[in-house]
Amino acid sequence: MSSNNNMTLNLKIWRQKGQEAEGKLVDYRVEHVSPDMSFLEMIDVLNEQLIRKGEDPIAFDHDCREGICGMCSMMINGKAHGGYKNTTTCQVHMRLYKDGDTIVVEPFRASAFPIIKDLTVNRAGLDKVIIAGGYITANTGNAQDANAILIPKPIADEAMDAAACIGCGACVASCPNGSAMLFMGAKVSQLALLPQGQPESAKRTLNMVNVHDSLGFGNCTNHAECEATCPKGISIEHIARMNREYLKAAFTYHEKNRSEGGA
Amino acid sequence: MMTSAFGHYFSSSIGRKQLVAMTGLALCGFLVGHLAGNFLLLMGSDAFNIYAHKLASLGGLLILIEAVLASIFLLHLGLAIKLNMENMKARGAKRYAVKKNTGRGTTFMSSSMPYTGLVLLVFVILHLINLKFGTHYETTVDGVAMRDIYKTTMEYFQGTGATAWYVVAMIAAAIHTSHGFASSFQTMGWNHPKYFQNTKRLGYLYAVAVGGGFAFLAVWAHLKGV
Ligand code: SF4
Ligand code: FES
Repeated sequence: MSSNNNMTLNLKIWRQKGQEAEGKLVDYRVEHVSPDMSFLEMIDVLNEQLIRKGEDPIAFDHDCREGICGMCSMMINGKAHGGYKNTTTCQVHMRLYKDGDTIVVEPFRASAFPIIKDLTVNRAGLDKVIIAGGYITANTGNAQDANAILIPKPIADEAMDAAACIGCGACVASCPNGSAMLFMGAKVSQLALLPQGQPESAKRTLNMVNVHDSLGFGNCTNHAECEATCPKGISIEHIARMNREYLKAAFTYHEKNRSEGGA
Repeated sequence: MMTSAFGHYFSSSIGRKQLVAMTGLALCGFLVGHLAGNFLLLMGSDAFNIYAHKLASLGGLLILIEAVLASIFLLHLGLAIKLNMENMKARGAKRYAVKKNTGRGTTFMSSSMPYTGLVLLVFVILHLINLKFGTHYETTVDGVAMRDIYKTTMEYFQGTGATAWYVVAMIAAAIHTSHGFASSFQTMGWNHPKYFQNTKRLGYLYAVAVGGGFAFLAVWAHLKGV
C-alpha cells in the first residue's frame, strides 16, 4: 500500500468546554491523512491545524499509544474504540477508512463518567471500585520461587485473561445500562481464581459491588455488549463468577467487628 | 453503611438482579405447569373442568399457592422496574449522537425486556379479569357440580380481537423469555463455557415451545368455536 498522505476526512467531533457546558458536534475537515497513521495521530494532525489557526485544540486522553494503558477513550462512529475486535483507539489505523469518509467522534458517555472537556471524561469511578478491594492485602515480600504455589495452567490462563483488563471503560460506555460489571467482574474473577486472592474474596466482592453501585454505575442486564466491545476480549463469564462470589459472600460472610469494617 | 452482608444483598445491584432472575425462573416454571393444564382443553370440556375443579378444591392451599405466585410476580415486576429506572439514570440523560451496537451483544430481545415485560403485565391483569374472574358458568360432571371454566375459556376466544391480543402477548412472552431465561442463569453465576451455549439454546427452545404452545391453544379455541 502506498503511504502518501492523500486521504481527506470529514470529522464530526464533540466539543464541550467543561463538565457543565453545553456541548455540540463540530465539523472538521482533515487533509493529508496517511493510511498508516493511527486514529490518534490523525487527531494530532487536526489539532496542529487548529493551533495554527489559533483555535482551541481538541482535548482527548491518550498515553501509551500502544494499546496497554486504556486511556484513549472515545466513541468512533457509535462504537467504543471504533468497534474493531480487540483494538483500542490508538491501535485503530486510518487504512480502515476511505478517502472522503465522515467519522463521528464522541466522548464515552455514562452518568458515572462526567465529561471533563471535549473527548476526555473522568473515569475515576473505575479507580474507586478497585480501591474498594481490587487487590490482596498480604505482604508479598520478595518474589518467591515460581512454583511455590501450584496453580493449574487453565486456571492461571483464565486469571490472566481477566487480568488483561486495562480499565479503559469501553464496557461502561457501550453498556445500555452504564454498568461497570465487566470491569469489576474481571478483577473479582481474576483474584477469586487464584489462591492468593481467595481468602479475601468475600469481603472484596461485597465492598467492590457496594462502591460500584454507590457511584451510579447501572445494573447489568446481560446484553453482553461490553464483551463485544472490550479491547481486551474480557468475557462475561467473569461477571458470572463475580455473581457467584457475591451470592456466596452475601449469605456466608460474617465480619466480627462489623462497625469498623464494611463500606 | 453496611448493616450486614445479607441485608446489603437486597439493596445491591447483584442481589436484586438475582432476585429478578430467580423469580423469573420461578415464573417460567409456573408457565410450564399452566400450559400443561391448558392442553387438557384439547381433551374436551370434562377433562378440563375436572382439572380446574381439582385445583379449586385445594382450598386454603390453593390460596397460599396463589399468594406466593402473586408475590413472586410482584417482586419480579417491582424490582425490574426499579433496576430499569436506575439504569436509565446510570446511562445518563445525554446520549450518543451515533450509537451502533456491535451485533455480538445487545439484541432486540435483550433491549426490549422492559417493553415486553409491560405487555405481559397488562396481559396478566386482563387475563385474570377475563378468565379467572370471567363469566361464571356451572356444570355437572359425573354428578359433581363445578365451574364450567371450559365454556368461559372457549367463549372468550371466540372474539377475534381477544385471540389476536392473546397471540401478541404470547409473542411478547417468547421474546421476553428468550433473553430472560439464559440471562437468569448468567446472573446467578451459572455460566460455564461447557454448557452456557446449551443454556441459551434451552432458553430459545423454552420461548418457542411455551409461547407457541399457549398461542396454538388460543388459535385452536378460536377456530373450534363454542
Ligand atoms: S473490561 Fe474491557 S472494556 Fe472494560 S475497562 Fe477492562 S479492558 Fe476496558
Ligand atoms: S493510548 Fe494507551 S491504550 Fe490507547
